[in-house]
Amino acid sequence: MTDRYDVLVVGAGPAGLAAAHAAASHGARVGLIDEQMTAGGQVWRQDVQHASPALARRSIGRTLDHPAIDWLAQTRVVTVEDGGLLVEDPRRARRLHYQTLVLATGARELLLPFPGWTLPGITGAGGLQALAKQGWPLAGRRVVIAGSGPLLLAAAATAKRHGAHVLGIYEQSSTENIQRFARSLWRWPAKAVQAMGLRAQLAGVPYRCGSVVRRAHGETELHAVDVDGPRGIEHIACDQLAVGYGLLANVELAQSLGCTLQLQGAHAYVDTDRYQRTSVDGIYAAGELCGIGGRDTARIEGAIAGHAAAGKTADADRLLQSRQHARHFADALNQCFALDPRVHALAQPDTLVCRCEDVSLSALDGYMDARSAKLATRCGMGACQGRICGSALAELGRFPRSGQRPPLFPARLSTLAGTNLSSINKP
Amino acid sequence: MKSHDLIIVGAGIVGAACADYASAEGLRVAIVEPGPIGGGATAAAMGHLVAMDDDPAELALAHYSLGLWEAFVDLPQAEYSRCGTLWIASNQADYARIPDKLARLAAAGVHAEQVDAEQLYRLEPALAAGLAGGMRVPGEAVVYPPGVAQYLIGQAMARGAQLYRQRAHQLNSGGVRLSDNTQLSGNVLIATGCALPQLLPQLPMRSRKGHLVITDRHPGLVHHQLLELGYADSAHGSDDSSVAFNVQPRPTGQILIGSSREYGSETADISMTMVRRMLARTLQFLPGLSELDAIRIWTGFRPVSVDGLPYLGRAPQHANVWVAAGHEGLGVTTSLGSARILIDQLLGRATAIDPRPYDPMRVAA
Ligand SMILES: Cc1cc2nc3c(=O)[nH]c(=O)nc-3n(C[C@H](O)[C@H](O)[C@H](O)COP(=O)(O)OP(=O)(O)OC[C@H]3O[C@@H](n4cnc5c(N)ncnc54)[C@H](O)[C@@H]3O)c2cc1C
Ligand SMILES: Cc1cc2nc3c(=O)[nH]c(=O)nc-3n(C[C@H](O)[C@H](O)[C@H](O)COP(=O)(O)OP(=O)(O)OC[C@H]3O[C@@H](n4cnc5c(N)ncnc54)[C@H](O)[C@@H]3O)c2cc1C
Repeated sequence: MTDRYDVLVVGAGPAGLAAAHAAASHGARVGLIDEQMTAGGQVWRQDVQHASPALARRSIGRTLDHPAIDWLAQTRVVTVEDGGLLVEDPRRARRLHYQTLVLATGARELLLPFPGWTLPGITGAGGLQALAKQGWPLAGRRVVIAGSGPLLLAAAATAKRHGAHVLGIYEQSSTENIQRFARSLWRWPAKAVQAMGLRAQLAGVPYRCGSVVRRAHGETELHAVDVDGPRGIEHIACDQLAVGYGLLANVELAQSLGCTLQLQGAHAYVDTDRYQRTSVDGIYAAGELCGIGGRDTARIEGAIAGHAAAGKTADADRLLQSRQHARHFADALNQCFALDPRVHALAQPDTLVCRCEDVSLSALDGYMDARSAKLATRCGMGACQGRICGSALAELGRFPRSGQRPPLFPARLSTLAGTNLSSINKP
Repeated sequence: MKSHDLIIVGAGIVGAACADYASAEGLRVAIVEPGPIGGGATAAAMGHLVAMDDDPAELALAHYSLGLWEAFVDLPQAEYSRCGTLWIASNQADYARIPDKLARLAAAGVHAEQVDAEQLYRLEPALAAGLAGGMRVPGEAVVYPPGVAQYLIGQAMARGAQLYRQRAHQLNSGGVRLSDNTQLSGNVLIATGCALPQLLPQLPMRSRKGHLVITDRHPGLVHHQLLELGYADSAHGSDDSSVAFNVQPRPTGQILIGSSREYGSETADISMTMVRRMLARTLQFLPGLSELDAIRIWTGFRPVSVDGLPYLGRAPQHANVWVAAGHEGLGVTTSLGSARILIDQLLGRATAIDPRPYDPMRVAA
């Protein structure tokens, strides 16, 4: 009742796709799993109305069509079990075993609470992009995009392509930071071209720096936001707000496998060596999981991990320099978009912090650690198990997230009971 | 040196109940707890308030305590929900045991009633077909144990009790020394659950690990705390590991699933083997739960004395040291009665029930 792979890759974004392909090119039998229906991860998420970029089509196509790769869509890792991974798809559960494991679980958005942030009509920046690509109607809707990072531009471009009226992009980072970063772009010409492309698509959309959304207004749904910027508070009527404060590595699986983590500010990423090896024998990590680095870093790291996981370190060696170049770009980016302490003060005492359990910020006063707060207030006890509120509270400097337990995601009792196990590859 | 009438070591539900009652009786109380209030076994417990009829002394303590729990019915922090207990007979042999159980419960003053198969399915339509019937105890309830512990400590502190955020390091003739070298003097009450032997090695204590699984919200699927009648065989058996069907509707609409019992595993990590056994058992009784999502699994340790009854009273070989620990899988239920028996003895008063079965001296004898 088990499926064995030489290399099992978790996550089918740019990093996972590159890893699977690299490993398979050496003849390894590869399993590639992702919780989404289609491969591509966050950046290459399929758009129901518009064609994917050529690079995405090529990376996805050559990987999924490879005869040595089993593509398991809509498959989630539930927990680590008996030296393998217990996974489930919408219908059944499986136990997957591997010689080597490549983790490419990517990142999620950092959402920070502010008054009104739970109103319908408000999503993350990547969240809006995903909705648009799934065909959620945006045509004619007035959209405000806010928060921080390059994702805001991508989200705005997607929204515009889907017919939204994008009122503006509000970036928390200062004009000086952004200009300094823009001046350094010549070092990464491909990036400069990409940025120009985005700017062309966003012609006519104001891009305001040093601006944060203070408050969202509305009774049953969003109808306006207050934006605090260099020119004071601006009241903007809108139908949709997309706000995200950057990305966080999805380290939960790596953590439950025992991989050593590092802190970058308040948030963790996985520690790796030159071949993307984690501290655990036979387990590799690549992409956002190893520190937010974007698509190019992810592709290179994925390939390094895939080659190394298949035992071909010489092929990996050839990529080390381009990884370094890409990581330098990521460092410049992270520096440019570092969060201004002002965003830590947006939540008010009565602002909800834990949406699953309706816990406000003031309910947490007096608790020194996440566990005490959780036991007393239920903060972090809900379905997301602190993925959102725990990360936000860590960012706000309250306390780090508390102990992770199985399952990694809500999972069916039949899966955990082992009563619905099946196998793809009969021995 | 700081002096108190009573220094309570450990703020689980047992220590918390003692702190509340002792302070209400006018004692100047100190509480010593390095971790979160109610963060030990108390934070892992199901919080089922239940009387089991297998042992008369355990039943007497549970019944006495259940009466005291009536004061918590309207306390928000307690999340008290009187769902009642429904014991399930899988087969005719189990069903035939019910009249004896009813008689034993009735003798102790607990009201319960037999339900036939038809009534069983009317009460709990989600149960699997083919069950023989059951026994319903309508007055029993569930609470949120760490919430109660925090409330009780809050009550004690409002009466002037002092909380020391330290570990009790060592007992000595005057009282107890804390890990930061603070010396507290006075009578000492040890309520450290599984950790009892660290301070009182002469009182044996074993840790019996349990796993719990909680689902997302599905209100109305299950109405009573449901247990198989064979539960006591698992609870009181001495096998290295066992599971029994034990499912609880939380007031949140979540379903809390037990129970496993395991000796010999001393770390808090989750054994998927135990989880599998436990959930397979659950799905035999409630097959409709199989598609529900679990959101968290955790473990806890039940403190088990030599004979399964708590140690309540003066500690052997110590003049000024008292103990309240070893409540195994019933310590939430029996915490309130335990506190009364202990503090009443300390104050030289008569106790409401016979305290002798719980006397720690039984170990020395
Ligand atoms: C009635 C009731 C209902 C509850 N409902 C919910 C609920 O709906 N959702 C929810 O999330 N929680 C719920 N809880 C659980 C509660 O919040 C705590 O999780 C509980 O105390 C169990 O703790 P824990 O061991 O899982 O982890 P924690 O409380 O985080 O930590 C306990 C200790 O175990 C250690 N630990 C944690 N993980 C591991 C590991 N993998 N290996 C080894 N040691 C570890 C930690 O370091 C810590 O010292 C409920 C509790 C009760 C009593
Ligand atoms: C899975 C599970 C399910 C359960 N379900 C139920 C149920 O449904 N109903 C029920 O009635 N009971 C239930 N129980 C049993 C119940 O949880 C325990 O009997 C009860 O919580 C014991 O309480 P306690 O205060 O003695 O111990 P604990 O809650 O463990 O408290 C002991 C405290 O002492 C502190 N401590 C330890 N050493 C020191 C030291 N040196 N100095 C200072 N402080 C110290 C610890 O930090 C801890 O807070 C369950 C138990 C488990 C594990």
